Amino acid sequence: METLEQLKTRIEAAAPGAQVDIVPNGCPASQPSLLLDGGHARAVAQFLRDDPTLAFDYASNVTGVDWPEKTIKEKIKVKKTVEGVEKEVEEVCERKTPAYLEAVYHLYSMARKHGPLILRLRTENRADRVALPSLTPVWRSCEFQEREIFDLYGIVFEGHPDLRRLLMWPEFTDHPMRKDYVEADDYEYEPTPHEEVLAKARKHYPGGTPA
Amino acid sequence: MSASTTTVELAERAPENQLLEVSLGPQHPSTHGVFRMDVALDGETVVKLKPVFGYLHRNHEKIAEKCSYLGSMPYTDRLDYICSLTNNWAYALTVEKLAGLVAPERAEYIRVILSELTRLINHSALAGFLLQDMGALGTPLMYAFREREKILDLFESLTGARMMCNYMRFGGCRCDLPPGWIEQARSLVAEFPKFLDEFEALLTGNEILLARTEGVGVLPAKLAVNAGVTGPMLRASGVNYDIRKVDAYGVYGRFKFRVPLGERGDVFDRYMLRILEMRESLKILDQAMRDLPGGPIMDPKAKLRNLRPKPGEAYGRIEGPKGELGFYLISDGGPNPYRYRVRPPSLINLTILEDMCLGQTIADAVVILGSVDIVLGEVDR
Repeated sequence: METLEQLKTRIEAAAPGAQVDIVPNGCPASQPSLLLDGGHARAVAQFLRDDPTLAFDYASNVTGVDWPEKTIKEKIKVKKTVEGVEKEVEEVCERKTPAYLEAVYHLYSMARKHGPLILRLRTENRADRVALPSLTPVWRSCEFQEREIFDLYGIVFEGHPDLRRLLMWPEFTDHPMRKDYVEADDYEYEPTPHEEVLAKARKHYPGGTPA
Repeated sequence: MSASTTTVELAERAPENQLLEVSLGPQHPSTHGVFRMDVALDGETVVKLKPVFGYLHRNHEKIAEKCSYLGSMPYTDRLDYICSLTNNWAYALTVEKLAGLVAPERAEYIRVILSELTRLINHSALAGFLLQDMGALGTPLMYAFREREKILDLFESLTGARMMCNYMRFGGCRCDLPPGWIEQARSLVAEFPKFLDEFEALLTGNEILLARTEGVGVLPAKLAVNAGVTGPMLRASGVNYDIRKVDAYGVYGRFKFRVPLGERGDVFDRYMLRILEMRESLKILDQAMRDLPGGPIMDPKAKLRNLRPKPGEAYGRIEGPKGELGFYLISDGGPNPYRYRVRPPSLINLTILEDMCLGQTIADAVVILGSVDIVLGEVDR
């Protein structure tokens, strides 16, 4: 298989306007991935599947990842003039990483027996702009897995034929795999809640407990 | 047909038909656990079938994100509880990729032996369950379970547990083979073809079995590939894709074995393919036990407790008895994984359940589900 750089130029030629970035991977297995923009993801996926030399006909694994906003403290050396003398001083600077949800696709080719090619799609944030294009029209195998991501992470896949919760029940409102998910007050049905549970419930619903 | 189509709408579309909505499961013997199918029937013919999941959901992935890398190993046993050892291997393989560990040769051979024994367990149990679903109550399943019990005895003497083995570790295996184990395993492997011959003599040419399986639940190869179906299901449709051959993970590149393929992709091919795969597994077992080298079983550099891999991610996969079993791990440098994902072959193989069942009778739908080979511990996680 060609290198990711070659693949990137070919994708950009095949789907004009598509933004493709290579995301490096620090682990020894070295599986770098391609970050696609949501607008062109479907066209790029179509190209990857139908191109005869790539032939990624099999989307093996589809999964979500939650990246909440994180403050990273970094020490930076800054040159400063202290009392007329130029000195190198270490300063701690805080940097905030943007918050987003991510969908990761692992592609293989059954026809040519190569892979994996890893695609990533990122939402704009993790609150109200969480839509991504669904790749189920390209690979049927994404159907249940995208439903699972919608269920557990809350990414809304546009163009999915049947986007419902997969594992949790339909009335459930939260997304349990998110990092800031608050666990249920009590896992077992409790006809008369005891004090501990009530205290937890008060913490959970600041505006007063629902009836 | 979209899922939002209610049975009432279906009935209005074809008012001359009387549609009957049946909720098959979650407590139904043919669903192999707590799995439900929302079925609409026109007479006996299936016109809609929507699988409903989640009855056994315990958010395995979230639990694993709160555990250390080693702490998740016993949980992987509970995914596909019939094949705990292959689950162990898939997880160990992925952590090894993530942390850059290499298992010693002896450990790799032991892993091959154990996972091929697991394949024997799974395929023989599946053949028994499938026949049970067809109405051959008791006998075939008990024959299969008799053989399974002998292999479970081997597992128990090695790992201390029959089913929840928790045996493999990243960088090797937990303990070495006890004395006499390999001889016992050899005699089991030598006896196993006798069971297969007996099983086949009873069943493969059986008229009822042929009538119930031939031409039922046909899965075209193109759809199977596109829907991500893997394992025996995929190969029964004639697609030559076996991760043992493609990736040659572990030491699989050293063994000679064939990949059996089906022709029509119906339930009979899926049954037959599993019987043939068991025969190939026996060949691998013969070679692995013949060539088993001595030496250590753990990578001395491997650190089991408080493992902190460098930030990064890895996807590892093996050919499990049910299909491609994959693990996807993201490390942020901490003692527990930032993201832990299981690619469950049982769940993804169910994607095309409705396509296979539409137009078939409800009794065939039960057989088709049986031939997919699911374990709910893995489907719902």
